Amino acid sequence: MGSRASSLLREEDIEEIKKETGFSHSQITRLYSRFHSLDKGENGALSREDFQRIPELAINPLGDRIINAFFPEGEDQVNFRGFMRTLAHFRPVEDNEKNKDPSAGEPLNSRNNKLLFAFRLYDLDRDDKISRDELLQVLRMMVGVNISDEQLGSIADRTIQEADTNGDMCISFSEFIKVLEKVDVEQKMSIRFLH
Amino acid sequence: MLNLWMPMTVTYIHLLLLLLDPSSALMSTQDPPPSLGNHSMDKNDVDEAEGHFTVPIAFRVFSVDYHHVQAPFEIVLWIMLASLAKLGFHWSGRIPAVVPESCLLIMVGLLVGGVIYGVRHTAPPVLSAEAFFLYLLPPIVLDAGYFLPGRLFFENLGTILWYAVLGTLWNVLGIGLSLYGLCQLGGWGLEEVSLLHFLLFGSLIAAVDPVAVLSVFEEIHVNEQLHILVFGESLLNDAVTVVLYKLFESFLRMPSVSGVDVLAGGCQFVVVGLGGLCVGLFFGLVAALTTRFTARAQVIAPLFVFLYSYLSYLTSEMLHFSGIMAIVTCAVTMKQYVEANVSEKSNTTIKYFLKMWSSVSETLIFIFLGVSTIQDVHMWSWPFVSSTLFLCLLWRALGVLLLTAVVNKLRRNAVTFRDQFIIAYGGLRGAICFSLVFLIEDFPKKRLFITTTIVVILFTVFVQGMTIKPLVELLDVKRKKRVLPTVSEEVHCRLLDHLLSGIEDVVGYWGQHYWKDKFEHFNTKYLKRFLIREDKQPKSSIVRLYQELERREQMGETDEGKRERSPENQTHSRSLLPEEMDSIRRILSTNLRNFNNKHITAYSRHTLHQDFTVDASRKACLRRHQSLGERHSSTQTHGSQVHLNSLYSKICSTLICTNCLCVLHLLIVSQSPRSAHRDPHSTREGSLNGPVRVTFEGLASPSSTYLQGQDSSSARMPKKLSFAFENEKGK
Repeated sequence: MGSRASSLLREEDIEEIKKETGFSHSQITRLYSRFHSLDKGENGALSREDFQRIPELAINPLGDRIINAFFPEGEDQVNFRGFMRTLAHFRPVEDNEKNKDPSAGEPLNSRNNKLLFAFRLYDLDRDDKISRDELLQVLRMMVGVNISDEQLGSIADRTIQEADTNGDMCISFSEFIKVLEKVDVEQKMSIRFLH
Repeated sequence: MLNLWMPMTVTYIHLLLLLLDPSSALMSTQDPPPSLGNHSMDKNDVDEAEGHFTVPIAFRVFSVDYHHVQAPFEIVLWIMLASLAKLGFHWSGRIPAVVPESCLLIMVGLLVGGVIYGVRHTAPPVLSAEAFFLYLLPPIVLDAGYFLPGRLFFENLGTILWYAVLGTLWNVLGIGLSLYGLCQLGGWGLEEVSLLHFLLFGSLIAAVDPVAVLSVFEEIHVNEQLHILVFGESLLNDAVTVVLYKLFESFLRMPSVSGVDVLAGGCQFVVVGLGGLCVGLFFGLVAALTTRFTARAQVIAPLFVFLYSYLSYLTSEMLHFSGIMAIVTCAVTMKQYVEANVSEKSNTTIKYFLKMWSSVSETLIFIFLGVSTIQDVHMWSWPFVSSTLFLCLLWRALGVLLLTAVVNKLRRNAVTFRDQFIIAYGGLRGAICFSLVFLIEDFPKKRLFITTTIVVILFTVFVQGMTIKPLVELLDVKRKKRVLPTVSEEVHCRLLDHLLSGIEDVVGYWGQHYWKDKFEHFNTKYLKRFLIREDKQPKSSIVRLYQELERREQMGETDEGKRERSPENQTHSRSLLPEEMDSIRRILSTNLRNFNNKHITAYSRHTLHQDFTVDASRKACLRRHQSLGERHSSTQTHGSQVHLNSLYSKICSTLICTNCLCVLHLLIVSQSPRSAHRDPHSTREGSLNGPVRVTFEGLASPSSTYLQGQDSSSARMPKKLSFAFENEKGK
């Protein structure tokens, strides 16, 4: 399976992905075979159903939203580039990358981009603010049914209150960053992709 | 306050000296513990003697017959001494801050030993290896295993095993070989000691001791990960130590050693480790199963825990497996099932007894270490002792550095340099080495080895034990987080955990989450069904949750009131009452974590499990309240027939069916024995109707009508619920 899969992936594609995401050659080929195994329809792109077929993801409380994060705005299919682009957010941050030229733009796995990814899990309507409702939705998904509305509401209120600095009762992205400044996001949001 | 316990101990010492016989049961290595038969014989002898003696004299009104109670009396006196010393230690003000408890206890032991030696001019009783391994060590290890932080331990298991197995091997070979080399070259008069002897010595001196590590690290509060690494290593390296020790010992007895023998030794290591593990697993599961049936004899339930654990230890010692591994595995295995099966009081009893026994054991061990240091014959050799000390430190440091360099590539959180230093420096030796060195067969230089071992133990416990705290502060090791995370941090971090788990699933990367989830699934589907009482299964988490809910309610009202008053106050981080934050945190942690489990059970594709919970609740329902049964079955059909759009509502419906039924059963049960006060409390309505109502926002109407019908009856119940639980709490 491996050889067949990698033959569909051309060298120049691999090079481009490498440049864009920072993955190594072997990591890209390995992830391509994973992509290929998920792609039941064999059309070179993944649909939502392909993701939902992953059993553990189906029982993840945030499963839907995670799946959603792979798909670009309004589209129903994600190709391998898009797949890798999303996964690039979870590459561990390496020290030598900090010396790369700043003109190349922020790498996808920088702390900022990681936090932006997490932020977008809350912020479905992409208005750059987490409203109380959006927060409540996510909380409800994570917490389950055993907590009453009022209690969940107070937890949500407390969360917003801790973050909100400009009084708009929403959490903006900068406020979100500030709240998580003590948390080691680079480490928490990284997967060691096997070589 | 020092002068409080000094006279007490001195008094006891005098008592001891008056009554101590050379043939004291606990101490000597040569005499077997005197059996009851002996004592009765003694008594008869004494009686006979008395008989000869008393016949001409009047009947003795008052007599002292010490031999009758000698063995237990002495044991109790020693334990009393140990406990009083510990008591006095805690009363003595500033000293506990500087000197760890273990050091003080050794000093007390030294004192007692010195006094005994001074008065009687013979060596005081020595800690016998048998007493140590069979009686003193198991409670400590059992306690450690029972309270082991399971999640942290398994997350770091790879690293712990890496350090334990490879690190110990490295240390043993390093110390043994280098000592041999040095002695050959050094001209200290030790040339004739063979390589095997040195390897044997290396194997027992390299072992990090869990008792000593526990007692010292308790007091310095390093971060959890570091603590579990050092502690886990000290527990697991027992397997390696046992194998190597026995291996070298048997090699010593054999005329020649071939390569095949070494290979066999390597295999034996696997056998010992896995054997201990299996024995522990077996006894743990049997214990869990036994406690399932203790509902009618709750008083003896704790006894099973102790008996089975001790049995596992003894069995594995009998089979020459690693006893420590067996008992730790047994404790870890049976803990969750036992806690679910036995009553609250039994749980408390188990925990307290464990703590008590392990505390007594530990104290006794350290005191005996001190006492046994005072001996008649010490063979001293400056170069040997100092080089041993130096090599121990050196090889440990090198080992930790090398191993960490390798293991950091594979870990998510790297072990920092500071952590490495603490791991290397925290490798304390203790009573295990001491007992092992006494068990060596006699050879010319044995006393030298004994002396060296004692010096190494004393050095590590005193010097390293006392200086580790200032060093930790100096190096600014990441301390155990005293500052609790804010609610936002907790919520967002949980989000990140779920996110990462999901991404790992997408990538197909079998990270920690995968195995953990697999195990949880297996556990819930098979083990818990088998090992936990049926009626206990859904109840406990909900009971706990409702207790939380009640507390939160009381706090929640004040919370909301304050919030309404000052919505614009941005700069204040209004400090919630600690209880409030605590309860929020607890709610978050229990629910955010439990959700995964519940989620797996509820949403599992394996219908067998779902049916089981339905069956259980159905049975429970029929047993308790017939009228609810019909509505129960109707709910099930409703729940399955309703077509739901989103994943989320589907989850909620299945969850609410099982949960709300359990809740309602609970309420019926709690309500029935008490006379009902039927006044509805409007403020309380919200709390119970909340979970019932909220899920039906997204659902189609059929189910909602059913449950709204319940609202009126459930409105009366919340008050009953708190009453019921207050009573339970009060009991």
